[in-house]
Amino acid sequence: MSVLLHKRSRIVVQGLTGSAGSFHAKQCMDYGSAVVAGVTPGKGGTTHLGVPVFDTVRDSVRERGADVSLVFVPPPAAADSILEAFDAGVKLVIAITEGVPVLDMARVKADLTRRRAAGQDLRLIGPNCPGVITPGECKAGIMPGYIHKPGPVGIVSRSGTLTYEAVWQLTSKGIGQSTVIGIGGDPVNGTNFIDCLDLFEHDDQTKAVVMIGEIGGSAEEEAAEFFKRRMTKPVFSFIAGKTAPPGRRMGHAGAIVEGGSGKHSDKVAALERVGITVVQNLSEIGETVARSPVGALAAAAA
Amino acid sequence: MKLLEFEGKDVFRRYGLPVPPTGGAIEKPAQLPAALKRAGKGPWVIKAQVLAGGRGKAGGVKIAKTPKEAALIVKNMLGMKLVTPQTGEKGVKVNKVLVDKASDIAREIYLGVVLDRKLGCPLIIASAEGGVEIEVLAHTKPEAILRMPVDATAGLRPYQARQLAFQLRIPADQLGAFVKLAMGMVKIFMDLDANLVEVNPLILTPKGELLALDAKVTTDDNALFRQKELAAKPDLEATPAEKEAKKTGITFIGLDGTIGCMVNGAGLAMATMDSVHLAGGSPANFLDVGGGANAEQVTKAFQIIMKDKKVQAVLINIFGGIMRCDTIAEGVLTALKKIKLTVPLVVRLEGTNVKEGKALLQKSGLKMIVADSLWDAAQKAVAAAGAN
Repeated sequence: MSVLLHKRSRIVVQGLTGSAGSFHAKQCMDYGSAVVAGVTPGKGGTTHLGVPVFDTVRDSVRERGADVSLVFVPPPAAADSILEAFDAGVKLVIAITEGVPVLDMARVKADLTRRRAAGQDLRLIGPNCPGVITPGECKAGIMPGYIHKPGPVGIVSRSGTLTYEAVWQLTSKGIGQSTVIGIGGDPVNGTNFIDCLDLFEHDDQTKAVVMIGEIGGSAEEEAAEFFKRRMTKPVFSFIAGKTAPPGRRMGHAGAIVEGGSGKHSDKVAALERVGITVVQNLSEIGETVARSPVGALAAAAA
Repeated sequence: MKLLEFEGKDVFRRYGLPVPPTGGAIEKPAQLPAALKRAGKGPWVIKAQVLAGGRGKAGGVKIAKTPKEAALIVKNMLGMKLVTPQTGEKGVKVNKVLVDKASDIAREIYLGVVLDRKLGCPLIIASAEGGVEIEVLAHTKPEAILRMPVDATAGLRPYQARQLAFQLRIPADQLGAFVKLAMGMVKIFMDLDANLVEVNPLILTPKGELLALDAKVTTDDNALFRQKELAAKPDLEATPAEKEAKKTGITFIGLDGTIGCMVNGAGLAMATMDSVHLAGGSPANFLDVGGGANAEQVTKAFQIIMKDKKVQAVLINIFGGIMRCDTIAEGVLTALKKIKLTVPLVVRLEGTNVKEGKALLQKSGLKMIVADSLWDAAQKAVAAAGAN
């Protein structure tokens, strides 16, 4: 079993008829994902890429049984679209959109927390993320599908292209992935490292985890605490931004060292202290996993 | 985006929050007499309007008892290079000074609203021990700091504000004023899409009045589409190259090294800088061409990198997801037609349409070093920069 996405996941794409939505929905379908619906308010009743388009997410859930929403809606309306998906009853919302105002995300997060506390089965990944892929089964995101391969390593990352880099190195060594989750580079997001570590810890297919962090915030430090208390599976990590100047936002809204917090050295120290293997050179992450017992087994099986 | 102190105080004034009487910000010594008149009877405080913190110790905040003293201070301060721990050695030029009526201080308090990443909501941070930097206090006396999460939709509730007031030992006759101030700061935070609204120090005067002696406001760039007034303001922090990049949707940050980097994705761009460093070189910049960039954006990115005369080699590292490698290749070739490249170019492509991308580059017959992995690319770029 993988986590979050499976062969039977039924995807609705919010913003299907836009250029990014169209391009990536097509790529997901080519990968074999079941894109069962699109939502563009005002275009309900039409068909796009051979997929029925609805006016609301609720309609797509009722008519097509969508349970995963992939959001490509531009920033001004992104938060509203995420809230609509929550309300429509999909179980997983993956928000790709970059540039969502952080206060909008604070409001989304409050709604998400309330719904989960009330027992709703709901999860938000992103925003500002590449999405999620369970290799060989389902791709809901913008990652290039062909670099992935099914296998035992779970990957979770704050960065898109950096994740592809790690995945590619693993695949090149014959080591496949259970599920690859991009949680996004924004300061407030739906799912954090610890949520994903928890998912991977309880997933039979996953035998090891690669966690790719970056400067800013304290998600890596929290992950280290979680690992110490709750995890039995090995975790390998890389943290980007060692050479980033303090006080500057490094592209991602969340990648900033400010007021002495979010520093690369603190994160590496926190991870290493609890026994997580931190790779200093990104290009060695594949090799490092391959040398470990899990990697050796996976490579031998492949 | 960061607001200057006088802009922050103008916002406070608009929300009816207590700030000292002011003569406003001035740019020329000739404007001083009118400013002093507006501020009222002296003494006055003259404050350099720069975005860097630590102004006081660097000589950017001075008290003037007489108009003559004020004139001398203003003359020296306008145009000076202020060097604070936050500006680095280069310092920052003072173009404006704020002339406020000076206030007598009985007590200093710290009050700030931040966006807390861990909680995912606005958070009030307060301390009865103001006047020192909150980061310093967090380190030396963490128990002296109060934290109160705020609902991002409802804002600060009156009872929450009262609770803060009692914990901060605000005198009973100032309870109403404090509640108004704290709620007003949260309202500003939400109305302006801020990341930070901070007053340090918030003071109690000997007469028992509350006054915000400083006002620091930082806003969320992602929200500029709905903050028209903020969006119209000039960006004082970015360099010309950084501004030029921003216009085309490129994130660029200039650094001191010799290897120009063009990468897609913020994380990979950081990791590329780290790899260059690890290979023994130093990056000249952080540059994320972003998702969905077209040939024009790549051309622009090239032009921006090549404007930096320190650049001895250019490293392009693209892992295609949103951005297809053939788009990048087209961009590189278009740019190379416009710009005569005088330094070695190392290109590493991987991802969607990588074959088409590589084929385009090879077919062009242009001189470049093709690398197979990031580490290979970093090493080749460092070697090329050294040899150049």
